[in-house]
Amino acid sequence: MPGDIQTQAVAALAGLPTDPGVAKPDPVLVANAVVRRFGGLTAVDVEHAEFQRGAITALIGPNGAGKSTFFNLLSGFDKADNGNWTYNGVEVSNTAPHKLARKGMVRTFQLTKSLSRMTVMDNMRLGATDQTGENMLLSILPFTWRAQEKEVTRRATELLERFNLAAKADDFAGSLSGGQRKLLEMARALMLQPELIMLDEPMAGVNPALKQSLLDHIRDIREEGTTVVFVEHDMDMVRDVSDWVVVMAQGQIIAEGTPTSVMGDQRVIDAYLGAHHDQQLTATGEALTEGKQA
Amino acid sequence: MDIAFVLTQAITQAIGVTAIIYLLATMGLNIQFGYTGLLNFGQIAFVAVGSYGIGVFVIYRGWSLWASILVALVLSVILSLILGVPTLRLRADYLAIVTIATGEIMRLATKSLDPLGGSQGISGKMGDDFYALNPFPEQDRFEFGPLNFSRNDLWVVVVGWVVIALLLLLTWALMRSPWGRILKGIREDEDAVRSLGKSTYLRKMQALVLGGLFGTLAGIFWAVAKQSVQPDSFVPDFTFFCYTILILGGAARVLGPVLGAIIFWFLLVFIEQFLILLVQGGTITFLSTTQIGPIRFILVGVGLMLLMIFRPQGILGDRKEIRLDAR
Repeated sequence: MPGDIQTQAVAALAGLPTDPGVAKPDPVLVANAVVRRFGGLTAVDVEHAEFQRGAITALIGPNGAGKSTFFNLLSGFDKADNGNWTYNGVEVSNTAPHKLARKGMVRTFQLTKSLSRMTVMDNMRLGATDQTGENMLLSILPFTWRAQEKEVTRRATELLERFNLAAKADDFAGSLSGGQRKLLEMARALMLQPELIMLDEPMAGVNPALKQSLLDHIRDIREEGTTVVFVEHDMDMVRDVSDWVVVMAQGQIIAEGTPTSVMGDQRVIDAYLGAHHDQQLTATGEALTEGKQA
Repeated sequence: MDIAFVLTQAITQAIGVTAIIYLLATMGLNIQFGYTGLLNFGQIAFVAVGSYGIGVFVIYRGWSLWASILVALVLSVILSLILGVPTLRLRADYLAIVTIATGEIMRLATKSLDPLGGSQGISGKMGDDFYALNPFPEQDRFEFGPLNFSRNDLWVVVVGWVVIALLLLLTWALMRSPWGRILKGIREDEDAVRSLGKSTYLRKMQALVLGGLFGTLAGIFWAVAKQSVQPDSFVPDFTFFCYTILILGGAARVLGPVLGAIIFWFLLVFIEQFLILLVQGGTITFLSTTQIGPIRFILVGVGLMLLMIFRPQGILGDRKEIRLDAR
């Protein structure tokens, strides 16, 4: 059953051209001429990219395409050599990551960053923003933050129940399984009540049963009005859950489109399999024969 | 000399001035390293700021002790800022390198600069303002069972433990708060905390300043208790003993440093005095009393190795928690 927001997003994206960097009707995040070089290697060179509000956008591409680097740039964890990007129309190029997170643009990591020697509940509580008790001077006056702490704990408990982690609330996060850590990281990000959530390979190392529930969670997050952008290798997931797919190769965006159109796109097939994957190696063959004759 | 004397000596040291000095400095490290994961290998520099602050301002400038304490604490904050501003944005190792260098720079600078006492250090009645407040009746020794203290020592020890109790309370209050939660988060994974919208730079700076102030208080106590400041007491070993105490007691536990400091000083003095007893009594013939000083550190080292193998979490730590580190 598609929800309202999904229907709207699908309608808004329907019939858009599939050129790289195509303009969206209502973009939440717009990037221009973003470049990141590591020495002589240009890891990211994105001319233009827009991410539609309310949609689930997948960022795919072969290994080394620059997806994660692009993610790191947009979320402030890496500094771009060039370019600018806006979030909700406000320029946020090279803004510190914690400031971006407070504006509602929250990310997760490819290698889960659960805070091992803290309890699952403390991991969750850490996600809540604007806590009075996080001020060093007020922190020693518990009456200034106790009521807020209660409210934070209530929200955390709700989210933990939703993500099936309630029974683990008092365990150390380091004792969770890999899949549970992915769930925890997603739940923790939701504590910030983000407007845009960026998931870096949410399915990496997760078993098939848990994958299904992660997919449901991602759909639910969107139905609550959060825009989702994710990097993923798992094509089944991309097909299942995304409304729009952006394909990167060698640092550039090479194609965009709905999941079905992208999977049939010649540029995408070339990027993954090589442009001449279905041709005979005639040139080499000829050279070999010539060599034999000589 | 008998075993009772050995025990008395050891207990006196375990709750005495030296233990208090090391304990205060270690409580600072507990905030920096235990809770926040900041590697400060130059806690001795903060201690030196405290001691020299008192020595220079009370003896050379003739200021009151109280004004000098205030100045020393302000200088300590300035030192934290100088160390923290360039390094806390970088990876954790940079702070470690810079702090260990700073400790040595402080020692060598105070040793060679005459306005700071030079190699002679500073001696004089720098604790007078403090001892003038001593409420205990005028008498030479105060006896508590087998223990006995001079009037001044008793006053230092009592004030020392009261200050420690208050600072332990402060540490406990800070670490159970949402602010303390961010510090622990930084220790576990700084990037995760940043992705959750918290400024980690600010919190690391706060932890560095607070831990440094604890170290400076240790230095102030040192100057007041010994009434002298010697550059050669501010060696890097001090910081390493503090880490030993911290790990022995259990890092990131409010009472860890207390237990660590008491046990560390008890064992050090007990082993020393006990060996002296045996050597003088003729039980041990292959050692001379002058060799006992180094021997006790060898034995403490062996003890620590055993501790790391069989109880890496320290006395108050949680073994499960330490194991999670390996992932």
